[in-house]
Amino acid sequence: MHYESPVRNPLILGDKSYKDITNDIAKPVESKAPRAWWIAFSIAFVMFLWGIGCILYTIGTGIGVWGLNKTVDWAWDITNFVWWVGIGHAGTLISAVLLLFRQKWRMAINRSAEAMTIFSVIQAGLFPLIHMGRIWMAYWVMPIPNQFGSLWVNFNSPLLWDVFAISTYLTVSTVFWYVGLIPDFAMIRDRAINPVQKHIYKILSFGWGGKAKHWQRFEEVSLVLAGLATPLVLSVHTIVSFDFATSVIPGWHTTIFPPYFVAGAIFSGFAMVQTLLLIVRKIFKMEDYINIEHIEMMNIVIMVTGSIVGVAYITELFIAWYSGVEYEQYAFLNRATGPYWWAYWAMMTCNVFSPQFMWSKKLRTNLIFTFVISIVVNIGMWFERFVIIVTSIHRDYLPSSWSMFSPTFVDIGIYIGTIGFFFVLFLLYARTFPVIAQAELKTILKSSGENFKKHHDDHGAH
Amino acid sequence: MGHTKHNPIVRALFNDDDVVLDAVKDLRSSGYHVSEVYSPFPIHGLDEAMGLERTRLSTAAFFYGLAGLFFASWLTYYTMTADWPQNIGGKPNAYWFLNMPAFVPVMFELTVFFAAHLMCWSYFAVNKLYPGAKAQNPDPRTTDDHFLMEVELEGKETDLTKKLQELGALEISKVEA
Repeated sequence: MHYESPVRNPLILGDKSYKDITNDIAKPVESKAPRAWWIAFSIAFVMFLWGIGCILYTIGTGIGVWGLNKTVDWAWDITNFVWWVGIGHAGTLISAVLLLFRQKWRMAINRSAEAMTIFSVIQAGLFPLIHMGRIWMAYWVMPIPNQFGSLWVNFNSPLLWDVFAISTYLTVSTVFWYVGLIPDFAMIRDRAINPVQKHIYKILSFGWGGKAKHWQRFEEVSLVLAGLATPLVLSVHTIVSFDFATSVIPGWHTTIFPPYFVAGAIFSGFAMVQTLLLIVRKIFKMEDYINIEHIEMMNIVIMVTGSIVGVAYITELFIAWYSGVEYEQYAFLNRATGPYWWAYWAMMTCNVFSPQFMWSKKLRTNLIFTFVISIVVNIGMWFERFVIIVTSIHRDYLPSSWSMFSPTFVDIGIYIGTIGFFFVLFLLYARTFPVIAQAELKTILKSSGENFKKHHDDHGAH
Repeated sequence: MGHTKHNPIVRALFNDDDVVLDAVKDLRSSGYHVSEVYSPFPIHGLDEAMGLERTRLSTAAFFYGLAGLFFASWLTYYTMTADWPQNIGGKPNAYWFLNMPAFVPVMFELTVFFAAHLMCWSYFAVNKLYPGAKAQNPDPRTTDDHFLMEVELEGKETDLTKKLQELGALEISKVEA
């Protein structure tokens, strides 16, 4: 009944019982924060405050404080927006797509990956809002009559599609995450000793009691949400890519953009999950739950999606040449050999070349190497968006208006601020939420736990 | 639910999911009514063993999604075709249907939005889950590593107690309904 082929490696290491899983996952919530947590939190919080300052300066003075000019009117802001949305995609991919494919290894990482999704989409959402200049007019993107007269928002515009896509994605990811969190909050509630803590988790757990009918509904809702989130996550980055693809700018006007953006999003998102979980498993001693097997699986996804992105880059180059359109040809020649050649080759090296190391089993099961590659990939994916956005517009049809972009301290400060904000949220989450979906994990203990698997093999059951 | 609530309830605590599942099957075949099982995680096949009906939440989600699709169609029709038609980028807009391809992303997003959110609200409502609700499980150990079964007492109490002990129950207690 709980049999799994011995060919599959165990997903839960050590001699664990249900009780051990409860204890191990409740431990970070119940114990004092380790020193490393306080150091990381302080750094992130300072970065966050610096970002807040830069955002307030931007809102107070206007977006003239950024390095934008008449020719390069989209730069770091939109680069950061696309980068953060892309990072978010891995969380949904892990929790929804891997659920549909019945991949059990997702259970140790889906909670944190979804948290990462929500926190990074929050960062992404900041950029279009502050780029509006007058953020107090942000409600104008909602479908209400403009100025309460009778002119409406334009549903033909990809920028409006984006509003619907990002808000649906953020809210649906949040409820998906929360539905899964409720049973785990109930677990913490039921063992809390401190009355304040017990009260907080009582509120958060919505009174969950684990009734048979409720679990039946829980599983149904999870499955349907996964079925809804799968096309949703593909649609979100598709629509983000429409912001570019529906324009007539050479280098943007490309039908390959939707699949290429989605592959890139999964690629960068998995790299960020890798970065975060390598730290979490170490600080909170979760090595038995997030083990080499999980890391190797994620590295394989990084390798595959990195290669898809590589094929997309080459296809783009080929089509630019094959199209015979000289503007299109120049856009790509300029990317690779123009003044931003270094950004283009940084992108190529980080995104196409570096994941190829993962073909080696020795390297993809090496933790330090994995950590380094995960950072390199995220740098590369930031450069990809920068290359697509800035190098496509800095030399337009009129050579007299050609220019370069240099970020001001405000551009840099806001970017650093969102990284800080992201880590502030993630670190708070890691201390107060169950970082592993323990209820789900308990369902695979008997089939994928090391001790149980060994028992099966030794006794030749089934 | 809604079953005869007048019988007293016997609660039996177990510490293994397979034992609980077998016990439920055994009790049901000997004519007992297992009214509830509290467990720390979903037990595969338990709903069937207890004779629970399939949930209709996924059907509801389909209709919620349909409502979202209709709402998005109406919204784009009303704003872009009926109330204030505009020529945007030369896209044909004489009829809603001609302009519809440009509305597909919004129609899709609102379908998902309605289906997902309304399904979750329904899920919270039918399970009576809300912020600050009292814990539904009578024993706090059932969110950790124990399983609590509630059986309606029919016939002699000693018979049922003996049977539950044979089936592997660790603790047995009686609650007056």
